[in-house]
Amino acid sequence: MEALLASVIGLLSAVGIYLTLRLRTFPVILGLTFLSYAVNLFLFTAGRLTLNAAPIVGTTDAPADPLPQALVLTAIVISFGMTAVIMIMAIGGHLQAGHDRIDLDEDKA
Amino acid sequence: MSLALIAALPFLGALLPGLMIRAGRNACAAATGSVTLLALILLALQAPAVLRGEVVQTRIEWLPALGLNANFFLDGLGLMFAGLILGIGLLIIIYARFYLAKSDPMGQFFTYLLLFQGAMVGIVLSDNILLLLIFWELTSLSSFLLIGYWKHLPEGRQGARMALAVTGGGGLAMIAGMLILGNIAGSFDLTVILQNKEAIQASPLYLPALILILIGAFTKSAQFPFHFWLPHAMAAPTPVSAYLHSATMVKAGIFLMARMWPVLSGTFEWFVIVTSVGLITMVMAAKIALFKDDLKALLAFSTVSHLGLITMLLGFGTPEAATVAIFHILVHATFKAALFMTAGIVDHEAHTRDLRRLGGLRKLMPVTFAIAAVASLSMAGIPPLNGFLSKELMLQEAATVAWPNAWLVGILATLGALFSVAYSFRFLVHGFLGPVRDDYPHKPHDPGFGLWAAPALLAVLVVLIGLMPNLMVGWLLDPAASATTGRGIFTNIYHWHGLDAAALWMSLAAIGGGLALLGAYPRLRALWDATPRPEAKRIFDAIIEPLAEAARQLTDSLHNGRFSRSMVVAVVGIAALALLAFLTATPHAPSTRPLLPIDPVVLGLWLVIVIAALATLLLHRRRLVALLLTGIVGLLIAPMFALFSAPDLALTQLSVEVVTLLLMLLALNFLPKETPVESRPIRKLRDAALAGLAGLGIGGLAYAMMTRDPAFDPISAFHWAQSKPGAGGTNAVNTIIVDFRGYDTYGEIIVLGIAALVIFALSEALLRNPAVTARLAVQPRGRESGDRHPMMLVVATRLLLPMAMMVGVYLYLRGHNMPGGGFVAGLVFAIAYLMQYMASGYDWSHARQRYDHHVLIGWGVLIASLSGVGAWAFGLPFLTSGFEYVNLWPLEQFELATAAIFDLGVFLCVLGAILLALASLSRLALRTGEGPNVTAHDLEESR
Repeated sequence: MEALLASVIGLLSAVGIYLTLRLRTFPVILGLTFLSYAVNLFLFTAGRLTLNAAPIVGTTDAPADPLPQALVLTAIVISFGMTAVIMIMAIGGHLQAGHDRIDLDEDKA
Repeated sequence: MSLALIAALPFLGALLPGLMIRAGRNACAAATGSVTLLALILLALQAPAVLRGEVVQTRIEWLPALGLNANFFLDGLGLMFAGLILGIGLLIIIYARFYLAKSDPMGQFFTYLLLFQGAMVGIVLSDNILLLLIFWELTSLSSFLLIGYWKHLPEGRQGARMALAVTGGGGLAMIAGMLILGNIAGSFDLTVILQNKEAIQASPLYLPALILILIGAFTKSAQFPFHFWLPHAMAAPTPVSAYLHSATMVKAGIFLMARMWPVLSGTFEWFVIVTSVGLITMVMAAKIALFKDDLKALLAFSTVSHLGLITMLLGFGTPEAATVAIFHILVHATFKAALFMTAGIVDHEAHTRDLRRLGGLRKLMPVTFAIAAVASLSMAGIPPLNGFLSKELMLQEAATVAWPNAWLVGILATLGALFSVAYSFRFLVHGFLGPVRDDYPHKPHDPGFGLWAAPALLAVLVVLIGLMPNLMVGWLLDPAASATTGRGIFTNIYHWHGLDAAALWMSLAAIGGGLALLGAYPRLRALWDATPRPEAKRIFDAIIEPLAEAARQLTDSLHNGRFSRSMVVAVVGIAALALLAFLTATPHAPSTRPLLPIDPVVLGLWLVIVIAALATLLLHRRRLVALLLTGIVGLLIAPMFALFSAPDLALTQLSVEVVTLLLMLLALNFLPKETPVESRPIRKLRDAALAGLAGLGIGGLAYAMMTRDPAFDPISAFHWAQSKPGAGGTNAVNTIIVDFRGYDTYGEIIVLGIAALVIFALSEALLRNPAVTARLAVQPRGRESGDRHPMMLVVATRLLLPMAMMVGVYLYLRGHNMPGGGFVAGLVFAIAYLMQYMASGYDWSHARQRYDHHVLIGWGVLIASLSGVGAWAFGLPFLTSGFEYVNLWPLEQFELATAAIFDLGVFLCVLGAILLALASLSRLALRTGEGPNVTAHDLEESR
């Protein structure tokens, strides 16, 4: 099971990095979304994997680690805020410049 | 508390002038003055204890583990300086009220002045040296604002920049020196450091620390070779010059040397460095002052010279000399502030400060002349004024110094005093005596009482201190000198030291020589003008210009507008660091945790996520498809969380994913629908290789982490154990969010609120940009369905709204004990509202919205803050939560927790932020030619 999750984290990061290296705003934002997924999962797994042991007092004696869960929960909400901000920036850039390239010059390296 | 309050008052009061200026200039000045007066009264209340020899302390622990405490203490030295800063500050405020022109923004001026005043008071009251450093930097910053107050004058801006560069740079050196000192002493509290003289002077780091601290003090107090910024700072309005550059800021360096005197002085290094710098500064600046025509420039160099004198006295290292230094600080503040104000009056009335264009003012401005005469004679050291007393004592001390030989220091000190006599008389003779001229730029006459009241009071003090020094200042001087030297000092100042006192003859030589110099002034001036001199500003510019140019080039080469390059550099850099850490680590721990057996459901989820992710990669040019595939990945992560015992995360991920998808779909409206092929294959290959390697690394790291036990026990055992007894909830994730780590959450909802406001502001700016609205109007509108607001959707969402809200309330209420809570509840509410927007259109939904989204965010943060502040009422720290079990018939026993109030704040803030973000984007859509809809479900007739 650990290998499954690790491979998902690796794949999502790779897709995220590849997309953030593209030259237009939209793929870059999608890439950042993928990276958020990967990072949130990664932080979550810092609590190690546990089955059927939600950290609710009275339901289990060996609970999953609640701390990474609490941190990831707020991280998920914050990453929405971040995505929304860069989205409006991308829209503004496109509407003002007339194109959605992320580089200022015309050089297509 | 009261010492901290004295330091805080000017800062708090700095808010007043900007508000009070609307009620007029008098109200503004009165408000500023009363703040200073209040601080002065608070100080006076502490004075009796300090004068009895006690040390008043206020200790506020902030980060004791780092030695960062807001500790204040008040001893004789602090009392004298704080009294000077606040007392002269009060006079300056009165003077500035009448000095500033109608067109000058007075509110701004007094705000800056109070900021500066607070920073200065903070310096002299700080016990903790880290706190002192903060105030020290604040004086540099606020004086920058004050010197550059007349923004339209290029000299003002340049002078302000130079002052900031020099004093700020010195401040950096001082930070290093202070940290070394604190490390040697083992404490950052001055009261402790001052007890550790032996340890500090024996340390091998004593010399570096000494030099660094002295650089800070010398730059601030304009000592050679850093003296050049002070004359350039004279571009400031005269009240600023009188305040900062005579009585306060330039004395901060002196104050620091006096403060540190007990631990740093007494060594040969201290003696040589401080004495020679002070001596050189005194003589050199006095000589330059003689040849300055601008009244303020003359006074500026004179100030530099007198600061050199005080520095030299502190450098001698004897308690007697230090006592004289303290006395001269008092004396200098009185006559120099009066002189600056006089120069300002002359400038104000005659519209020039140039000595070559002045003269004869004695008859035209008798009151101003009287003040100027008393103050400048004191500066020259003529008996029986106070300047005479301190100069005699200074010469007496200088005569006793036997290094490098018996007479050099004495001779040079006499020379300095001689120049001092010459320029003082030049100020008076060339400015006020002589015949009345008829070519003044403006016919001068005495100003109103308001303008001359402050300098006149100081002139009276000059005379009184001169006549009765022991009565007038003895009570303050003794505690101040005792605090400086660390031993009991009881002064008795005489006017007559007897015929065999060396000082008498040195003084007579200085007065005679000075008058002779003035007599020969025309010839000396011709000689001076013919001699080439280094121009400090040109040297300074020659150093600063290349630095600025290098910084500009570095910035330009880093930020060349190619974001894609930065991304590659970042990815490669992070990967390289990670690889380095992996390769250099100590032997890696073996995997110890047993692997979990593979669950078929997880395998299924894994398969779909992998396919969707790969498909996104392949199809990313078709943006809508890529977006939907991304949504699939995000949505499927939610059940993953649920399976691995994180129901709260599953709920949050699910609802956030929905909101994110809606946002991106909306955004895609305004962006091209396809991504063109731009990268060459080689670039794609490079990016794929980079991404693949990084992904392998991250995946490998995740696997390694999951198969090993933590190196240290996680702290969450505490949270788990305390969840019920400590926070009153059974859902450990929720108790961490609203209670144990409530402060984090508090910060996070504020960040979320700010993000939403940023989005609102950006969309607002876009809508106001005519180029953007024009482009929006011609946005290509792809194929659309004819039914903008399908009736089935409208009806379904309306039916769903109350149910969704009920689910939200349910999730919120049970959050403390079961999966749920403010975050999820806010998201569920937001989705329910967003569906109304989608189904019935922006206008229709917006018209029915009673509360502004901004207001929701504001209330959310406010409620969260109030629930935190509420703990203070019970003497508990911010955000401490409490709970109680309540029996209320006919309900079962239930629990009321303050954490629920905090969670309500979270809920409102999340709801407001999400709605504001999406509504801002929707407003752009209105400009794409989409007309407002009147009814909830309107058909487009044209299609």
